[in-house]
Amino acid sequence: MSTQRRTDIGPPHYERFLPPVIKANYGKWKYHEILRPGVMVHVSETGDKLYTVRAGSPRLLSTKGIRRFAELADKYCDGYLRFTSRHNVEFLLTDESKIEPLIAELKAMGHPVGGIGPAISSIVHTQGWVHCHSAATDASGVVKAVMDELIEYFDGTKPVPGKLRIALACCLNMCGAVHCSDIAILGVHRRPPKIQHENLKKLCEIPNVVASCPTAAIRPAEVNGYPSVEIDEDLCMFCANCFSVCPALPMADPLNDGISIWVGGKVSNARSEPKFSKLAIPFLPNNPPRWPEVTEAVRKMVEVWAAHARKYERMGEFIDRIGWPRFFKLTGLEFRKEHIDDYRFAALSYKRSAWLRH
Amino acid sequence: MAEPQRNTPLLDELKKGPWPSFVTQIEEMADAGKEACDQLLRLLERSYNEKIGHWKHGGIVGVMGYGGGVIGRYNDLPEEFPAIAHFHTMRVNMPSGWFYTSDALRTICDIWDRHGSGLTNMHGSTGDIILLGTTTEHLEPCFAELTANDFDLGGSGSDMRTPSCCVGPARCEWACYDTLALTHDITNHFQDELHRPAFPYKFKIKCSGCPNDCVASIARADLSIIGTWRDRIRIDQAEVRNYAAAGLNIEREVCGNCPTKCIEWDGNELKIDDENCVRCMHCINAMPKALRPGVDTGATILLGAKAPIVEGAQLSSVLVPFMKIEPPYEELYDLIERIWDFWGEHGKNRERVGELMQRVGLGNFLEAIGVEPVPEMVAYPRDNPYIFYEEYFVEEGEEEEEEVEA
Repeated sequence: MSTQRRTDIGPPHYERFLPPVIKANYGKWKYHEILRPGVMVHVSETGDKLYTVRAGSPRLLSTKGIRRFAELADKYCDGYLRFTSRHNVEFLLTDESKIEPLIAELKAMGHPVGGIGPAISSIVHTQGWVHCHSAATDASGVVKAVMDELIEYFDGTKPVPGKLRIALACCLNMCGAVHCSDIAILGVHRRPPKIQHENLKKLCEIPNVVASCPTAAIRPAEVNGYPSVEIDEDLCMFCANCFSVCPALPMADPLNDGISIWVGGKVSNARSEPKFSKLAIPFLPNNPPRWPEVTEAVRKMVEVWAAHARKYERMGEFIDRIGWPRFFKLTGLEFRKEHIDDYRFAALSYKRSAWLRH
Repeated sequence: MAEPQRNTPLLDELKKGPWPSFVTQIEEMADAGKEACDQLLRLLERSYNEKIGHWKHGGIVGVMGYGGGVIGRYNDLPEEFPAIAHFHTMRVNMPSGWFYTSDALRTICDIWDRHGSGLTNMHGSTGDIILLGTTTEHLEPCFAELTANDFDLGGSGSDMRTPSCCVGPARCEWACYDTLALTHDITNHFQDELHRPAFPYKFKIKCSGCPNDCVASIARADLSIIGTWRDRIRIDQAEVRNYAAAGLNIEREVCGNCPTKCIEWDGNELKIDDENCVRCMHCINAMPKALRPGVDTGATILLGAKAPIVEGAQLSSVLVPFMKIEPPYEELYDLIERIWDFWGEHGKNRERVGELMQRVGLGNFLEAIGVEPVPEMVAYPRDNPYIFYEEYFVEEGEEEEEEVEA
């Protein structure tokens, strides 16, 4: 090819992909209503209506899967569709009569419709064993198992008090930024790095490795004649930041890797300020292919929330109202030493009043 | 060599059940002749048996002239799985708001069928179209085809990552500024920062049109641009009465959930004390036909969110309580560049801007970027008395300290 190489052109302009009804009503939307699980209508000041049908997707899509979405968009939406920040696919319709047949076809293809409003939406997640070097668990497999378990909360079969957002990250790097989710599923390592002394100098810069440790557990050392490092294992909190800068310090370990569960975070400003998720379960084993301990724990927490929370209450707001001791009691979760923070500003999380329920 | 039949009983379990299966997606590409997908399934089955991943650290691969956008990936069993010995990711910058036409999607699929595994993520956590799995020799031709079709790569490594936004005014009545336009403009304005890593670490920007924050900007973006308004919530009293008539308990479910108790309902009229409203969105969310954000709209600019690595997770905190967000966005870009200048100069290797802010203190950080401190930036003023007073008086005649030699 002799054409000039194009660079730094940026993404295609979004206006090329907006359906005519959106172009005509851009910035003029007046209100919306949720018509049924997974279906909403936006009404414009001009009176125009735009229907959205939201369907679940596995995030990991083949080109064949994407082409099937494209065909549906051609058939029902003049070729227009979008994806959401939580990996759902949304079909944009102007003809209300096409909603039913579209939903029927989506369901026949195995894509449940739902996830709008008070419901559990798709799980934001990471790559896991499919494609990541630092994963402490798989991502897609755990997500599939959990969503199979919670499908009735996605498709509206079981009503819930408010929104519930689940996210999964397969290690503390948190490409899935799970730290502000109603329920966060987080892969964890529990064994300090196994130092490959013979490779370390070849693969890593020792000063960088030493500097990478937030607890200063790593020191330069000569081991068996190799310039390497030594690690004070008592100081290791398994963040794996050293592994990120040095491949000769692998953290992954089948006997000790697994999953921790966190609850009560949110990003929306509605009613209460955004907040971090807090530790619910310090460790559950990796038990592929269906991670029954994880799905059971998540289901239990969802059920407690669904049964006891007030309308609109997110998981964290619900727990703030009833208190953490009662949350542990209702869920039957064990409170352990690991639940008490011991990193920066830990004391801010201690109970500093006599406000207790007895 | 006769390939033994693929045997993946553990993964086959994940083809069952109501949620759409990623295994099925990989399998249909394998069955269509993508050797890489066949081997990926075998490798993943092995991970499921061994409970450990088989991918190594990325190497440095990419397209000419770019330092980001491609993530090198290699497996640690290349003899057994040669078709995925190299299995690199290409991050393709999505259009604002993740809108597509079927033709645009098919174009991407055609390119990826020719140059990669046929596997994707729609989308990655930062928002890019993730093309999952190709070899080094396909990177340049794939890039050439993408750019010929007006697509470009996104960010990776220590650069500005692909900015992303909510659906905004394209389909939301609550958008307080044009999130799609801003995201597109930022992305194009800072192409060099996106494609050529020159920062201490990654820098993410997310644009949410209102405080519901549908792209989680306050948790997931170093720079969070969250739409808000300065004037009054617009009320349609007739529609409020309709909600009441339809059974909504406005007193309990709307007023009772107002964080500042600035809203009152007497059974006939809804009153809002807008001066005490913190723009939380709850009442508007609960009654979208009756209530709308005001018309003097803009955004709150917050800075510093990140995941735990390494100094601990942070939410973004307020930097500018209110800024008008209108083209050409000079005030915003000027602020961004001052932040990058200070961070570039003083940030340590792999230190996020939020961590730098913590390390030097928000007060010093503000001074360095030329922003005046205001009470909106803190939840409360300091409660510790160790104040770094920066000046003191000396008695007349008291010896002045000798100036330190330069």
